[in-house]
Amino acid sequence: MKSEAPLKEKKEKKMKLSLPAEELMHSGNLACQGCGAGLAMRYVLKALGQKTALCIPACCWSVIDGPFPYSTLDVPIFHCAFETAAASAAGLKAGLEMVGDTETTVVAWAGDGGTFDIGIQALSGAAERNDDILYICYDNEAYMNTGIQRSSATPYGAWTTTTPVKHFKNRPKKDIDAIMAAHRIPYQATASIGYPEDLYKKAKKAKDVKGTRFLHIYAPCPTGWKARPEDTVKFARMVVQNCIFPLYEVEFGEKYTLNIKPREKKPVDEYLRLQGRFHHLKEDHIKIMQEEVDRAWERLLRRAEAQ
Amino acid sequence: MKKVIMGNHALSWGAQLGRAQVIAAYPITPQTQVVELLSEMCASGALDAKFIKVESEHSAMAACIGASLAGARTFTATSAQGLTLMHELLHWASGGRNPVVMGNINRAMAPGWSIWTDQNDSLSQRDTGWIQFYCSSNQEVLDTVIQAFRVSEALLIPSMVILDAFALSHTYEVVDIPDQDKVDSYLPPFNPPLRLTPSDPHAFGGLTSPEHYFELRYKLQKDMEKVPALIEETGREYERMFGRYLGQVEDYRCEDADIILISSGTAGYTARVAVDELRQEGIKAGNLRIKVFRPFPFEKVRQILARAKKVAVVDRNISYGHHGIFFQEVKSALYGYDHNLPIFGFITGLGGRDVTPATFREIAHHALAEDKAAEDIIWVGVKR
Repeated sequence: MKSEAPLKEKKEKKMKLSLPAEELMHSGNLACQGCGAGLAMRYVLKALGQKTALCIPACCWSVIDGPFPYSTLDVPIFHCAFETAAASAAGLKAGLEMVGDTETTVVAWAGDGGTFDIGIQALSGAAERNDDILYICYDNEAYMNTGIQRSSATPYGAWTTTTPVKHFKNRPKKDIDAIMAAHRIPYQATASIGYPEDLYKKAKKAKDVKGTRFLHIYAPCPTGWKARPEDTVKFARMVVQNCIFPLYEVEFGEKYTLNIKPREKKPVDEYLRLQGRFHHLKEDHIKIMQEEVDRAWERLLRRAEAQ
Repeated sequence: MKKVIMGNHALSWGAQLGRAQVIAAYPITPQTQVVELLSEMCASGALDAKFIKVESEHSAMAACIGASLAGARTFTATSAQGLTLMHELLHWASGGRNPVVMGNINRAMAPGWSIWTDQNDSLSQRDTGWIQFYCSSNQEVLDTVIQAFRVSEALLIPSMVILDAFALSHTYEVVDIPDQDKVDSYLPPFNPPLRLTPSDPHAFGGLTSPEHYFELRYKLQKDMEKVPALIEETGREYERMFGRYLGQVEDYRCEDADIILISSGTAGYTARVAVDELRQEGIKAGNLRIKVFRPFPFEKVRQILARAKKVAVVDRNISYGHHGIFFQEVKSALYGYDHNLPIFGFITGLGGRDVTPATFREIAHHALAEDKAAEDIIWVGVKR
């Protein structure tokens, strides 16, 4: 028998934390397994801190937070009407200032339906006025809270309960970021829950800008995408690597900064294969999607490189 | 200080004297002068408020609710299409117990496009949980805005201060503008028991199960039931301080009246002229003007009608498939109290058609000539 080698004396090592350990979101919330929206909130609140107030319209987060009288968050929340996130936040900010609170970051926190569709008027109004709010859209690419119906953020090709396989969505996702850039707001960025440090940095940066700020966060929904909960973070990284959802910032609608440029741009196939919502797609459809992604990526590169 | 001002400016003056802190509004004919003057008041510093020039009435109410939740006094004004666009948010304001005060200029609903007065816009907001005041003079508009802040904030129920398109909104009258100091002592700053602040974080308006929802609505109704007494109390206090009583109803020569006309808005003023003319004809007429429509002044209406032999309700509105809306309300107020009082329901003046003293005289003669109403709706002045 071999005698056991004596244990080497170990140096004490600590995990390097790239995000603050402090949590403003707690367990007991009602998010599904693998919910990207839950991670988005958790990371954003780490960046914004306690002096934050949220306006949450109808969306998954109106459920995730928990029913009255509970709340999973350590910041105040106004659960507002579906189409009013931006206007409610603008009013809340004005009200807080009039009662002497000039410090609180007022956040409109909405899903893609509340942003791309029903809330776009109020969002456009607030952005044009440059109201001092931080608007955050967590994008899971459909009306997930009501049971997976298509929104204008649903990508081309996707199955939803209102775009059945025989009539899958045949229009591309609305380019909300271009719409926001057209408003010439001081700061906007895309972010993904698969890149928490980048997301954290952007939320922190947005906090300190005055005027309307817009964060578009990619937040996978395994329940609605017919995918495995453990793949949420994987999807959120893949979309950046295959350029379906590039990470970039725009200042005043003009100055584009690309945050991550993949060394090798991956094809969209693998990402699509892992999600039930795309299982029906034929080669031709995937080709259409790839071309659309390529065009958008080239457009973004031109804008970013033109600086 | 006395000034000759239009009805719309009476709303703006009310908001300024009431020290509104956040205003969010969107222009609509015939409300525009309200927001124009408020913009000037904010720009000159006469009013220390944030004015959010929103992109729709819907956002106007949403912003007011957000600001109110923070503990700020809020004001807006709208009319007709704008008010009905806000409909969902009216429920949010009352259900969330945000005491927003709003001016509404009564304008007929499209289609066809109309900018002239009738009451269907505000009356179709009847069940949204708002207090509704219908005014008949510019003085009353200004005074009522101040009283509305007081009543609304005490009970955390929003208020609508309503005036007729053009007949009042664009009509100039002499208005006594009270001193700011006196208004300040009548109307203390808004100090809600609970407000949205990071220093005491709560979730407002979240998912509410059947375990709790029912009680929230019960409490709203219980507080609504306190409004009549509070209007009487604050209306008397206003009279002591400013010389003008602000009540739920105004009765004119009703004491010995054989026939009582029931009216609202500027028609309520016109009816008084008709009452004097009818009295000259030897007819003992009186006028009961209903100023507060929600909560409905059941007790006052019963008291005053107890002396009447006939009642003619004049509606500048209609509930399609039912009757005139004030007619419905008056009948329900009397149900179980007086089964024998003949009540006649007249509908006139829809879409801004003139309602004159002659209209009221015709109505009184009609009611006096019949023992009881032959039809539920008696149309006056309609071309058939």
